[in-house]
Amino acid sequence: MLARRIIPCLDVRDGQVVKGVRFRDHRVVGDILELARRYRDEGADELVFYDITASPEGRSVDRGWVSRVASVLDIPFCVAGGIRSVADAEAVLNAGAEKISVNSPALADPALIDRLSARFGAQCVVAGIDSETTPQGFRVYQFTGDPDRARDSGRATLDWVREVQDRGAGEVVLNCMSSDGVRRGYDLGHLAAVRDACQVPLVASGGAGEPAHFEQVFRVAGVDAALAASVFHGGTIAIPDLKRSLRAAGIEVRPWRSQS
Amino acid sequence: MSADVVIIDSGGANLASLQFALGRLGARAVVSAEPATIAAAPRVLLPGVGSAGDAMHRLRAAGVDRVLPGLRQPLLGICLGMQLLFERSAEGDTAGLGILPGSVDRLVAAPGRPVPHMGWNTVEASCADPLLEGIQSGEHFYFVHSYAARPGAGTLATADYGGPVVAVAGRDNFRGVQFHPERSGVAGARLLANFLRLP
Repeated sequence: MLARRIIPCLDVRDGQVVKGVRFRDHRVVGDILELARRYRDEGADELVFYDITASPEGRSVDRGWVSRVASVLDIPFCVAGGIRSVADAEAVLNAGAEKISVNSPALADPALIDRLSARFGAQCVVAGIDSETTPQGFRVYQFTGDPDRARDSGRATLDWVREVQDRGAGEVVLNCMSSDGVRRGYDLGHLAAVRDACQVPLVASGGAGEPAHFEQVFRVAGVDAALAASVFHGGTIAIPDLKRSLRAAGIEVRPWRSQS
Repeated sequence: MSADVVIIDSGGANLASLQFALGRLGARAVVSAEPATIAAAPRVLLPGVGSAGDAMHRLRAAGVDRVLPGLRQPLLGICLGMQLLFERSAEGDTAGLGILPGSVDRLVAAPGRPVPHMGWNTVEASCADPLLEGIQSGEHFYFVHSYAARPGAGTLATADYGGPVVAVAGRDNFRGVQFHPERSGVAGARLLANFLRLP
């Protein structure tokens, strides 16, 4: 049976792992390699490294850490942030990342997804989507790394989810902005609506605060993976404990095992 | 200078994770698309990222496709590299290397079963093989693929995803795994270590 995945997300800013509340007030929570090793040993199924400064400031991710991370990880990891071209993606994949995730650059140039998928295959191409609940429904936001520039991209979330799949994205990470960082649970209705429109793997992001939230998002929203940051970085939830509780609740997970 | 393993350069990106995994096991790996280097290697890995058609095109352009079926040393195909060992792939209706019998078909998405098949799935052994030594049936490995071979002659282990798909296949010195051992934690490292010990 395919296991549901638990994915710690490491937001990277200036080479450090940081976390903010509602995308604001970022504070340093640790060193990239130390956290990568720790999550590997705790049984994380995958890691996402997201450079939250890259898109707003027009910079690319510092690639130096990608191969250092690849050398210590024996689980898959995805790199997001600042990937605007096939060449950007190739550098990250060649350094040892399993997948690359595109968000704002794909909104500006949707054909980027087609080019990435044609070159590397859909399995390498993740569409990251920041979605906000608004009076107009679920809307895709862009430039969300910078609260002063964040704005409605002009796209409805469900339309964009269908479009990125048609263009060749092999996975969707849906970050529900209104629940992000506040630990009151994933936005189940939002995720369930996207699940219905999504035939590729769907990763839930934003809102995890306690183990029950993970069980809910797998059971109610039917997502393939759940991503979280602060509850893992801050030690509120230990991944081995989380996996034991999910298993006890009848959710298929990869058992935790100490590294040899 | 002498390598323990030659990784065939089929032109795709992402050989780094495989090289790092071999390095953690103390194996020296070189990357080559030279038929003579591959023929002289103690062991051969055939990775693959991208499409079957592109990968076969590159192997043919380098003359590697003619060398592989005659190899006598252990060869391991990984993911697309395993799919290329079969006779045909539905991906671009591509002729494969024909080392293993059977063909590779597109996985069909269904509610609750997205495609690509992506993540950690359990692998059930169909028969004993030195490649799987010390690995329990039901162990999780990391898969990511949209095409799969259905079980047949040469199937050594399967995974269930809307029916059984080939997870490990082989005959003689040739073996293939649909999952990524280099990204499959302790179990994946054990499988690669087993490969490095195959006679």
